[in-house]
Amino acid sequence: MDEQNKKPTNNLTRRDILKGLATLPVLGAFGYGIYKKTRYDRLKRSAIAKELGLDFDDQPAKTPESLKGKALRVGIIGYGIRGEQLMRAAGFANPDLIDEWKNGALKSPNDKRYADFLAQDDLNITINGVCDLFDVRANDALKTAANIHREGSGGKMEQTAKRYRHYTDLIAATDIDAVIIATPDHWHTRMAVDAAKAGKHVYVEKGMTRTVEEAFVMRKAVKDAGIIFQLGHQGRQTDSFHKAKRIVDKNILGKITLVEVCTNRNDPNGAWVYDIHPDGSPATIDWNQFIEPTQPHPFSLERFFRWRCWWDYGTGLSGDLLTHEYDAVNQVLRLGIPYSAVASGGVYFFKDGREVPDVFQAVMEYPDRDLTFMYSASLASDRFRGKVLMGHDAHMEMENTLTVYPDRNSTRYREQLQSGLLSPDKPMLTYIPGRENVDAVTSATEQYFASRGLLYTYVGGKRVDTTHLHIREWLECIRAGKQPSCNIDEGFDEAITAHMATIALRENRKVFWDAAKEQIV
Amino acid sequence: MVIIENWMMQKEKYSVLQLTLLVGARVAIGWYCLYEGVIKLITPHWTSMPYLMDSQGFLALFFRNMATNPTLLSIVDFLNIVGLIAVGIGLILGILTRISTVSGILLIGLYALSHPSLVASTYILPSGDHTLWIDKNIVFLFLLLILLVFPTGKIIGLDRILFKKPAKA
Repeated sequence: MDEQNKKPTNNLTRRDILKGLATLPVLGAFGYGIYKKTRYDRLKRSAIAKELGLDFDDQPAKTPESLKGKALRVGIIGYGIRGEQLMRAAGFANPDLIDEWKNGALKSPNDKRYADFLAQDDLNITINGVCDLFDVRANDALKTAANIHREGSGGKMEQTAKRYRHYTDLIAATDIDAVIIATPDHWHTRMAVDAAKAGKHVYVEKGMTRTVEEAFVMRKAVKDAGIIFQLGHQGRQTDSFHKAKRIVDKNILGKITLVEVCTNRNDPNGAWVYDIHPDGSPATIDWNQFIEPTQPHPFSLERFFRWRCWWDYGTGLSGDLLTHEYDAVNQVLRLGIPYSAVASGGVYFFKDGREVPDVFQAVMEYPDRDLTFMYSASLASDRFRGKVLMGHDAHMEMENTLTVYPDRNSTRYREQLQSGLLSPDKPMLTYIPGRENVDAVTSATEQYFASRGLLYTYVGGKRVDTTHLHIREWLECIRAGKQPSCNIDEGFDEAITAHMATIALRENRKVFWDAAKEQIV
Repeated sequence: MVIIENWMMQKEKYSVLQLTLLVGARVAIGWYCLYEGVIKLITPHWTSMPYLMDSQGFLALFFRNMATNPTLLSIVDFLNIVGLIAVGIGLILGILTRISTVSGILLIGLYALSHPSLVASTYILPSGDHTLWIDKNIVFLFLLLILLVFPTGKIIGLDRILFKKPAKA
């Protein structure tokens, strides 16, 4: 240093050096601070996530291997709103819809609907038959089935499908291996049973059956035939529910005594006031066939297009939406059919002549599990109320993201709560899909964005459609001869549970399940 | 009394108290930037995406477009981290102080533009702030402008060594 000082070129003095480096110790203090801070955070994280053994990996990417082999030949029965979504998830979209997506992408580079659709794996199937009682939709289904190259109008189409006016003919066709049933609920059982008897594999939408008796009939037919059956609860593919099961299995929440699930909607479409097609008429709709398995009624466009509003065709909030919530919880807690159910509700907002309540509550008891399952639904308020599993030690909010908060009076976490390591108003665990690991220290902000789909939509740059995965699982199981995640046993539990709530509502009484006799009493 | 050339190359005189406060302010804002940069660097999966998506005001679309373009986003993330750390170290150590100060002004200016504190705006980030028109970013901007006009790097800082003029013969 002294030598430097002597250099005539820069003429640095000891004073220069001291003043030049005067603030250097600040960096030392900064380094020490960072060390203390990261050590604290790491301890906190390891104290929670690592000790609980919760190192989550993302769902591995699917390999196309499982889809190889001979193309499966599929028939679709019912091409309404859901039927169209199912076909899209299976890789077939109406060319008009693709035109709309392409235009959207031209207007905004953020419109990824067409890119996402193209990125969806080819499930190696052909649509060989379509069946719908409304001519317009049957023709739309044909157009969609022919779009095997996923092109817009004017693109190369190859028609593989035939229109069947009666489902029995579609099922009898020798060039069909499996059927997707997306009709109103009152048709599900007859179609699934006939398909099973003909040896066709079945994918059927929820609610599985319209009546209790039908649930038994469908279960027997599927089991006797040994076909591969999948019920349309695509929530089975939701990654966060799989992680939720691991959290519950590790007893992180403590003893769970109450589960609260909800439906919150507030728009006509969500309340089943679906559009009435302008071309719908007795000439274009086979009304007699529509009412065949249920009560006779004169032709009604409302009943045909908005069938969920009447008990003759649908299963109400219980079959339509409770089932999704129940199935999500059932795959985590393995609840099965409840011991008892009570329900209440009414037509309080959509007084459009419907029979089916638009506000509905059901409470189910599982005494052998010391647990109550509570469902609350409104079609006239969309205030968000999520799924919550409430345990003695912690509660978990279970959506696409998972958030676990410790309970103020937890026994298990008492020490950590007292030491300030955990706090009842801060999440102790958060899982956000697309992230490699569960995170013990995640900011409220991040959760806010995640819960609104702003975060994980872009992670990895790929959005995955759960319905696509659910159909894919069914097809893979057909090829491998395995049972899918929402098979007939799961479906039976779902159907009976939903019917118990519906019966409790309609008969205004507490309903019990006699497990030994398999009877609702 | 200390004499220094200011940004207009004019002689500026600081009392010891003035110099102490100016250096203190420089180090404090440097610390703030450095920590903001380092914490982003060591936080797994950190991205500016939520902050950019949260943008409001007349440039909101510009910032949100940054967030939705993965390539651009990764560049923004990188520049943010490197920029904050460089500005922080520059201000604390008083090294390339003027460039550091100007870079800080640009960086914080962008934050201010993406999150203007308007009458009607409510932000998720930063949370718990109550501001109207003038927010933390604007105060920082003024502070950095003051540091630009009243530089101290060549008195207390590595610039003193770096820019030491050769002694006149």
